[in-house]
Amino acid sequence: MNLKITASVLALSLTLATACFAGPREDLLGRYAAEAKAADPAFAGLSAARGETLHKKKFAGGKPDTPSCTSCHGSDPRSAGRSPTGKTIEPVAISVTPTRYTDSAKVEKWFKRNCNEVLGRECTPGEKGDWLSYVMSR
Amino acid sequence: MNIPYRPFALAAISLALSAVVFQRAQAGGGHYYPPVSEPVVKEECGACHLPFAPAMLPAKSWQSMMGDLKNHFGDDASLDAATADRITRYLVANAGDSAGQRYSGKLLAGVTAGNAPLRITELPKWVREHRKVPDWEWKHKDVGTKANCLACHTDAARGYYDE
Repeated sequence: MNLKITASVLALSLTLATACFAGPREDLLGRYAAEAKAADPAFAGLSAARGETLHKKKFAGGKPDTPSCTSCHGSDPRSAGRSPTGKTIEPVAISVTPTRYTDSAKVEKWFKRNCNEVLGRECTPGEKGDWLSYVMSR
Repeated sequence: MNIPYRPFALAAISLALSAVVFQRAQAGGGHYYPPVSEPVVKEECGACHLPFAPAMLPAKSWQSMMGDLKNHFGDDASLDAATADRITRYLVANAGDSAGQRYSGKLLAGVTAGNAPLRITELPKWVREHRKVPDWEWKHKDVGTKANCLACHTDAARGYYDE
């Protein structure tokens, strides 16, 4: 009996802890998912696999010298990239650069610039969430 | 009385020589442009390239540049209005024709508000100083662009642009 109570209290506190410690990245993912769902009721959730496809896809709508995310970030998310001015870009994968994506304004700023340059338009909330899921899983 | 001329002559020569050397060191100081010290400017400009010293361009250039960040030399560098404003104020206050003047005199030679370019690499003095750099060096994979000061000026981040 006592053991059962202890177990459920433990389970409850763990759940609470997880909810409380959901960081800014999780908040951001939640926001993108909600926005995607609002735009399309059939939206079934964010996908890291779709994010990877997006990351590696070549687009024709943006700037000719940056057809893909990988043009600057490189094809391996765990390796550093290089900006056209020769500056090193920290790897996009959070396993290597754990400080990334904790400032939502900064994330939005770069999505805006980079989607415009690569895709020639802003990214949808679903695309942003997919991509973020991808780099968070690497 | 027998005055020992030799030590005096040697002293005079060494003084003269060090004066020349010192002057050259100061001339090297003419290649000094105080680096950006404002944290937001450093962070935002430095995210893509070396945060160029405000003394390298006149206020007019900084103002026009900051007014069109969406088309920043072919790149989208857009920022929210408050951040852009903060950066503009710093760049203008320390521009080559305001507080940064004592460092930028030679670089801005022949530049007036009317003909001020947006590219530092189009300043007449810049062009003259780099005239001996061959084309292949600019195209080298470690250089890539004329905006990559650090490829050759290894101390540029600290403000020194000697050879």
